[in-house]
Parts: sequence; C-alpha cells; structure tokens
Amino acid sequence: MGLLADAFRWLTDPAHYGGPNGIPTRVLEHVQISFQAVAVAAIVAVPVGLFIGHRRRFESVATTIGGLGRALPSFGVLGILFGPTLAWPGKIGYWATFIALILLSIPPLLISTYVSIKGVDDDLVEAARGMGMSGTEILRRVKIPLGMPLIVSGFRIASVQSIATATLWGVAGGGAIGRYIVDGFASQNRVLLLAGAILVALVAIATEFAFGVAARLLSPKTTSHRNMPGAPPASAPTPV
Amino acid sequence: MGELLAKEREEIFVKFLEHMNLTAIAIGIGLLIAFPLAVYAYRHKRFYGPLTGVSGLLYTIPSLALFAFLTPYTGLTMVTAEIGLVSYTLLILIRNIVSGLDGVPEDARESALGMGLSPRQLLWQVELPLALPVIFAGIRLATVTVIGLVTVTSLITYGGLGAFILEGIQKLDTSLSILGGVLSLVLAVLVDAAFRRAERIATPWAQSHGVSGMT
Repeated sequence: MGLLADAFRWLTDPAHYGGPNGIPTRVLEHVQISFQAVAVAAIVAVPVGLFIGHRRRFESVATTIGGLGRALPSFGVLGILFGPTLAWPGKIGYWATFIALILLSIPPLLISTYVSIKGVDDDLVEAARGMGMSGTEILRRVKIPLGMPLIVSGFRIASVQSIATATLWGVAGGGAIGRYIVDGFASQNRVLLLAGAILVALVAIATEFAFGVAARLLSPKTTSHRNMPGAPPASAPTPV
Repeated sequence: MGELLAKEREEIFVKFLEHMNLTAIAIGIGLLIAFPLAVYAYRHKRFYGPLTGVSGLLYTIPSLALFAFLTPYTGLTMVTAEIGLVSYTLLILIRNIVSGLDGVPEDARESALGMGLSPRQLLWQVELPLALPVIFAGIRLATVTVIGLVTVTSLITYGGLGAFILEGIQKLDTSLSILGGVLSLVLAVLVDAAFRRAERIATPWAQSHGVSGMT
C-alpha cells in the first residue's frame, strides 16, 4: 500500500501543478484532444446516421462501418498515421493521435444515431404523419427526441473511448496524461507510473459518469422506446 | 514496404505467433471466468447488475493505464499482459452469454421441462445451443478487441505485432510503424471476417431477430 500512498502524494504535490508537464496542462491536453476529435467525428457521423436511419437507405454502409470500427486496433491506426503526419506543425504525434481518435469515434456515433432513428416505433411515425407532419418534421420533432438517449449513449461510448485512446499520445510523441505513464516506464519510476494510471482512469470514469447524468436529463418522459430489439448495448466502448 | 516485408519476414512470423498466442490465452481464460459467472447471473438476476458493473468499470479503464497499474506489482511479465487482456474480455463475454440465454424462447424451455429434462440437461441440451449464436458473437468481439489491445502491450514487451509500431515510433523509423499498424489492422479484420463466417456455418439455426447482445 506504500506505493499507492506515494502515488496519491505525487498527485497532490503542489510542485506537480505548474509548467508544461504539470498535471493541469496534461489533463487539459488530454481532454481537449479527446473531445475535439469526438466533435469533428460527430459533424460527419451524426448527419449521415440521421439520413440513413430516416430514409432507410445505404443501411449496410452504417452496419459495415460500425462492425469495422470494433475491429480497428487503435495503436495500429496510430502507427500507420504517425509517419505521414510527422512533419505537420504542432507537437509530435498530435495529428496522428487526433486523426486516429476521429476515425475511432465515427463508428460508434454513426451506428448509435442510425439505430436510434431506425428504431422509433412505426406507430408513432404513422401517427405523426396522420397529424400532417412532413418527413423532415417527423425526423426533427418525433424521431430525434425519441432517439436522443441512444444518440447520447453513442457520444458516451465515443468519448470514453477517445479518452482512453488519447493516452497513446504519450507513446507517440509524449503528450497528454499518457506522458506520465511512458516516462514512468522509461525511468522505471513506479510512483509516476501509478500516478499517471490513476489520473487517466479518473478522467475516463468521470467522463462515463458525466454522460450517465446527461442521458438521464435528456431522456424524453416516455417508456415506449426502451428495450428496443437491436439496440446497441448500454455500455460498450471498445477498450484501448 | 515490400523490401521491409522480405527483410523482416522471420520476425513478422514470430511476432504474429506471439500475437495469436497472447490473444488465445486471454480468450481461453476469459471464457473460463466469464462462463460460470454468466450462467450464475442468468439464474440469479440480482447478481447481474453488480457483475456487469464491476466488469464495466474494468472495461472503462484505458489499457495503458491498467498495464501501468499492474506493472509495479507484477512486473514486465506475460502475467501483467494477460491480466489486462482477460479483464477486457469479461464484460463482452458475460453480457453476450447472459443475453444469449435470455433470448431462448420460453416455449422451448417449457417443452424441454415437460419432456422431463433436468435443469442441467436443459442448460446444455436446449438453452446453450439456442444461445450459441449470441455467445459466438461475443467471442468474436472479445477476440477482435484483444487483438487490438495486444498491440498496446508492446509497452510491457509482450506486444506481438505492436512491437513493430513501438519500435518504429521510438526510432522514428516510420516505415516500421506503418508495417506494424497495417499488419495488426489486417489481422484484426481477417479474424473478424473468419469468425463471422464460422458463426454462419456452425450455427445455421441462428435467428437474427430480437437479439440484444453485442453484435
């Protein structure tokens, strides 16, 4: 237990709270690259998912990308991108990590948006049409609100996965929280290793928790949409 | 790239075997742990929530962090690598085994009981065969996930094909990191496709509807 206590002492030492290698800088780097990547991925994936789910066209595209996404090894993608982006401006490994995070965030966002829209009860859609709503209105006022919990869960999966994967930036260039872990390995500093691990795990769990709260707040007051067959599981980010 | 492939041919083969070996061990141990827990949770529903809660928490922790947690205690050993890898298979396996069993039609269960099958016979002769497609999907997902994670264990020196990626990054020899990346990606996609094929052949009775496991 001495080691764990040392790691917590390291984490609370004011000396580790300043400068480019300080805890606030590293955590901010980590959270920024993760959420920016999810945001960029969402710009692509959400409209495409809405379209495919609403019009029920190109459905195999969504399921193929969704399935492929689970098979992508994150460190492998990073390895492929590392060389070609090495000369790009910015910190070493930033672009490789950023693009890898975007690519890995697209499948869960796309598949959850698609499934959420597709899964809305046909009776409700018929009722909305009977009330004189146009296709776009049905999407905007019926399908999206009802699909919201699932869409949010896609964001949660993508975000937690991004936070986890961003740790690899430490390996490929020495950025974000992963830096502590890599330095810990390199210098065989077990306290640093453990402190870095605790920090990343905390950020990942905090993200998961925040989305749990958000999902509860955004859920429409109805039960008809729950337990949809074919819905993606409640919590299944790909671990990285 | 072709030159590099030829030059590293033997090394690639060795690392490929290591990759498959680490993966197979993780899935084997994962199944040994997950199966009894899942069957128990299927029969005692109260146990399911806490079980997926704990395995879900493990699943959320980034692999690099998990290896960093373990290394001070278990060192740079294969044990460290396998503890990490196994812990990521549990959530997928448990969830799919339980939802596979949950998806068995009540009629099938009742007629089996009516025919006088014992609970054990019911499990092995009726419930498990019917749940097999979903369980298979779980094993496929777990396998592909572990193949991806093994690349990260290169940091604790047991990385299979990930060793090329790490070496390439460390020495700024980018063709090496691309080689490792492409090989691990191809491996994951091929294994995924092979599993999907095997699933279709092995369980022709698979129903595609109403399945709520991870697919």
